[in-house]
Amino acid sequence: MNTCTERLYNGIVKENPTFVLMLGMCPTLAVTTSAINGVGMGLSTTAVLVMSNLLISLLRKVIPDSLRIPAFIVVVASFVTIVDFLLEGFIPSLYSALGLYIPLIVVNCIILGRAESYASKNPVIPSIFDGIGMGLGFTVGLTAIGIVREVIGAGQIFGAQILPLADEAAGKGGYVPVTIFILAPGAFLVLAGLTALQNKVKNNAAKKGRKTTEAAGCGEGCESCTNGSCSGKVFPTGNEKE
Amino acid sequence: MSEIKLKMSSSPHIRDKATSGNIMLMVAIALLPAAGFGVYNFKLPALIMLISTTVSAVLTEYIYERLMHKKITINDFSAVVTGLLLGLNMPANAPWWMGALGSVFGILIVKQLFGGLGQNFMNPALGARCFLLISFTGQMTTFIYDGVSGPTPLALLKSGESVDSMKMLLGTIPGTIGETSVIAIIIGAIFLILMGVIDLRIPGTYIVTFAVFVGIFGQFQNPSVGFFDPQYITAHLCGGGLMLGAWFMATDYVTSPITKRGQIVYGAILGILTGLFRLFGGSAEGVSYAIIISNLLVPLIERVTLPKPFGKGGEK
Repeated sequence: MNTCTERLYNGIVKENPTFVLMLGMCPTLAVTTSAINGVGMGLSTTAVLVMSNLLISLLRKVIPDSLRIPAFIVVVASFVTIVDFLLEGFIPSLYSALGLYIPLIVVNCIILGRAESYASKNPVIPSIFDGIGMGLGFTVGLTAIGIVREVIGAGQIFGAQILPLADEAAGKGGYVPVTIFILAPGAFLVLAGLTALQNKVKNNAAKKGRKTTEAAGCGEGCESCTNGSCSGKVFPTGNEKE
Repeated sequence: MSEIKLKMSSSPHIRDKATSGNIMLMVAIALLPAAGFGVYNFKLPALIMLISTTVSAVLTEYIYERLMHKKITINDFSAVVTGLLLGLNMPANAPWWMGALGSVFGILIVKQLFGGLGQNFMNPALGARCFLLISFTGQMTTFIYDGVSGPTPLALLKSGESVDSMKMLLGTIPGTIGETSVIAIIIGAIFLILMGVIDLRIPGTYIVTFAVFVGIFGQFQNPSVGFFDPQYITAHLCGGGLMLGAWFMATDYVTSPITKRGQIVYGAILGILTGLFRLFGGSAEGVSYAIIISNLLVPLIERVTLPKPFGKGGEK
């Protein structure tokens, strides 16, 4: 695995921002009432993340260390504004569904976290792939939560009715939606359930011998490590700056 | 003269025969009058609902503990009590699978995922009821009595109409299966008090605080009600889930404070919250939300009401 595919794998599976790093919980819990909202939010974030990682990586030698946070915020906020206007102009339905959460991408900790821990220390190409990986990981997480909530809470998937609803007045039996799943508590229940599920899958995979070997002398965690030779085989130590 | 035999042993020196199983069994027995009256009042659907919630609660506990390789604890009757309480909190005309779904939620998510009996942060039966109330608002708030769908006395009271307190005392009114008959609930409560399972501290403070709150603030909800209007207060005390909640759910050992002062604070918070929800809230009933919110406050209440060990404190 070269650095680019390693970054993609890292973002989507190993350090999935939603299920492993638990970053960006505010949009995760708030907008995933349906699968399409999850996809929209995830892709908007991916777009911002890729662009900001690109620019910050380009500027990493120019930005002074003491002023890096305000500089990152300016870069991120500019891209968010662009995405905000684009969505408003071209996909108004999605824009009205996501509402306030589009401008709030500015303070999404995934974006600032990747800028701080990866893009500001690494060359341009890996940073772009880091952004794509993390963004797609976020999109996958949000879409998965959105699908589960939409199916259980409304019997729909991407807006199409897959489970015929019961109609008591007509005496027709069918699916009775569990409304709590498209309300706030459902977000927590589904997030917890899916996180538990992916931990279970990963633990099982580790037990079956696909255990990753730990490289000696590396206690730093992968995102601040430029040595691609270990191919990201070291689990995060938990001490990384995030 | 024989020598005095002195036996040395470490604490505890005072033992009691009470076990979780005994206590839960007594609670289950105390719920039977209310359950029996519910079945008499709402006929077959009530029986089906009670069986459905109880069986699915016990089954969920068994299956979960089996799959997780934990000690099987269905013999301590706590799942039976949870299932029975949930059943008593359901309208008889709701479909049986709704009760079963509630039991699964209550046992699996509210109780077992937090560590099983003794670790749950809120009453599993009430957590399940609120889950169902939010999910299926329509079915959970439609009460059919004698073949007619009608408003509960509390809903009538909220819209300013008069209610028959005698019927509410007996229980021949629409409502959830177990909450309608005050007399049946009181019989169970007296049994629990006589057996020493609960004491008057929590339910007493709860009911008195609630009565005072309704007495003072009732006039703001309904202008025709006077200051401490006895009829209005009686109707509020007998209506809805107040009695069932105060005697059986607020007193749950796991989710109520263990300190004596804490229990009084807890009861007072319950009374005020219930009064607030009933008089000024969106719906006519508020007991279940009041109890689960107070459940969440219990760790804080216990912290501030920690008793001083004998000999500590005093002048410094």
